[in-house]
Amino acid sequence: MNIDPSQGNAAAFLHRYDGLAERLPGATIPAVRALRDAAAGTLRAGGLPSRRVEAWRYTDLAPMLRAEFREALTAVDGAVAMPVPRADRRAVFVDGRFRADLSSLDGLVAASLAEVIETVAGRLNTVASASQPMVTLNTLLFEDGLVLEVPEGVDAGRLELLSVASGETASTVHPRHLVRLGRGARLVLLETALSTAGARHLHNPVFEIEVAPEAKLTHVRVQRESASAYHLAHLGVRVEEGGTYDGFVLNAGGRISRSETHLALLGPRAAAHLNGAQLVAEGQLADMTTALDHAAPNCASRQTVKTVLAGRSRGVFQGKILVRREAQKTDGYQMNQALLLSEEAEIDSKPQLEIYADDVKCSHGATAGALDADSLFYLRARGIPADTARSMLVRAFLQEAVEVVEDEPARDALEEAVSAWWDQHGGVA
Amino acid sequence: MLRIENLTAEIDGKEILKGITLEVPDGEVHAIMGPNGAGKSTLSYALAGREGYEITGGSVTLNGQDLLEMEPEERAAAGLFLAFQYPVELPGVGNANFLRTALNAIRRTRGDAELDAMQFLKVARARMKELSMPEDMLKRGVNVGFSGGEKKRNEVLQMALLQPKVAIMDETDSGLDIDALRIVADGVNALRGPGFSALVITHYQRLLNHIVPDRVHVLADGRIVTSGGPELAHRLEAEGYAGVLDEAA
Repeated sequence: MNIDPSQGNAAAFLHRYDGLAERLPGATIPAVRALRDAAAGTLRAGGLPSRRVEAWRYTDLAPMLRAEFREALTAVDGAVAMPVPRADRRAVFVDGRFRADLSSLDGLVAASLAEVIETVAGRLNTVASASQPMVTLNTLLFEDGLVLEVPEGVDAGRLELLSVASGETASTVHPRHLVRLGRGARLVLLETALSTAGARHLHNPVFEIEVAPEAKLTHVRVQRESASAYHLAHLGVRVEEGGTYDGFVLNAGGRISRSETHLALLGPRAAAHLNGAQLVAEGQLADMTTALDHAAPNCASRQTVKTVLAGRSRGVFQGKILVRREAQKTDGYQMNQALLLSEEAEIDSKPQLEIYADDVKCSHGATAGALDADSLFYLRARGIPADTARSMLVRAFLQEAVEVVEDEPARDALEEAVSAWWDQHGGVA
Repeated sequence: MLRIENLTAEIDGKEILKGITLEVPDGEVHAIMGPNGAGKSTLSYALAGREGYEITGGSVTLNGQDLLEMEPEERAAAGLFLAFQYPVELPGVGNANFLRTALNAIRRTRGDAELDAMQFLKVARARMKELSMPEDMLKRGVNVGFSGGEKKRNEVLQMALLQPKVAIMDETDSGLDIDALRIVADGVNALRGPGFSALVITHYQRLLNHIVPDRVHVLADGRIVTSGGPELAHRLEAEGYAGVLDEAA
């Protein structure tokens, strides 16, 4: 590869953009082209964040920046092993490209971004901010994504969004998903990201999500990519009056995985759940970063994030809650807990509450520790072998994290991912 | 039969048990009474094998098997049961799952077939009815949100299911109202007979009105200072520990 080092640490991505610019979707649409060129300018000037940037202090992207990726622009049309369906409808992306042949979107107002880009060009980077590094990177190279609209008053039921990395090629994919719920609409979006074992790809999805008044989106993300992959997700979410965003993120794969959500509660009585769990094993880093903006009165937010760490691994939780002066009667709750199963595991936890209103109820807490010795002894004193007892307590810790998800198929998907992780890593913790 | 000989134990380098010798023959219930700080709870934890309780001398055998060589789960499998003074809450661990896992672990070591979920429920429901426990206690997390009395009943339920050879009741009466006390006592009395013995550890004589012991031992400053029949408990209640201890000294 002919990469110009004077272009900084994002040189490889910029080089790819230079080669692909004419072929990326929207290349002939001036507005899209302008966004991509601006992103290129930003990356050329400032690069991707190093650990000197506060928001990236605990998550070092250096291994990802040193990795060599290949193009994934050519659509793959071979057979791909699909997981068991958990909904009647599914939108399938293989190596970043929408696969109509594997998808079923009956009765939904949904399309591939690459196909409808003219109609949605004006919406790009309006919910997710181009100043966020992972949004910048995605803007530079997004090639496809799901555009989904749930019209006013419609309960669209459940939709699976599957992202599959098909082979061991170190591809990079940057999907851009636009999801919009009209007034009073409802949707359960169950997203699963998968790759074959050993795959070293980069998955950099960006979501722009709009929840209109009185609408409710349940968004469950199950990230189970290979332990050598890179997963850098950014979710921009806007919730209007009386609307609800009920989110859950499971980070269970990736050498480096970061899920960053920026959510704004923009009208009275809006609500947000930003729950999650992270399962981190030997050699992995998982990062859950959220920024919650209470911008209107009488809104509620709930956040419980649990991280289990085995082997030499690192976990990160950064949770910022901003309560603006006008956001009186805010009801906020944040809890993050880490269970360290090894002496060599590390968790960095940074809760951050910024409160400018004077009539609010906001509580937060953080714990980190090993399995509770009293609990372990209690189980063993009842005849339960030490290994089984440990397994029961770790599962209980995670069960508590997962049981907040009300949608049963989504909860099943999470429980299955948790079980699979524990079966693989429980013995070596 | 439980045989404790000249048992000494320390916590953080401090000697708490200073040579305890005690025998609970098969089929008998013995009480250990003593003032606070006598070493009652240390004795029960040392017998059950809790970490941090260092045995510095002596021996403990259950029907001839050396308990001190065993892990806590092996002691349970050998037939030892400790009813905790403060049962632990385990959020996220369902009570039914916990009870069945424990029962099947012990059945495995005894060479009995494991119970499936349906078989287990049948057995558990019958025992719960005897203990006046609402059935939804099976669905809840282990001891989570249980009242003091419910926790103690849950201990007795575990004992009834696991059918130990020797049960140690560590201040099972603390925090119980009179009705709960009677239910717990009935649970212990129901198991009395050949093949079962119990060591009832208590500060007060109250429980011993309901579980009448064959022998009463007084523990003070890490030693058994005197032993007697059930009447000793009544004397302690009437005269207090001071009088009895002075006489023994």
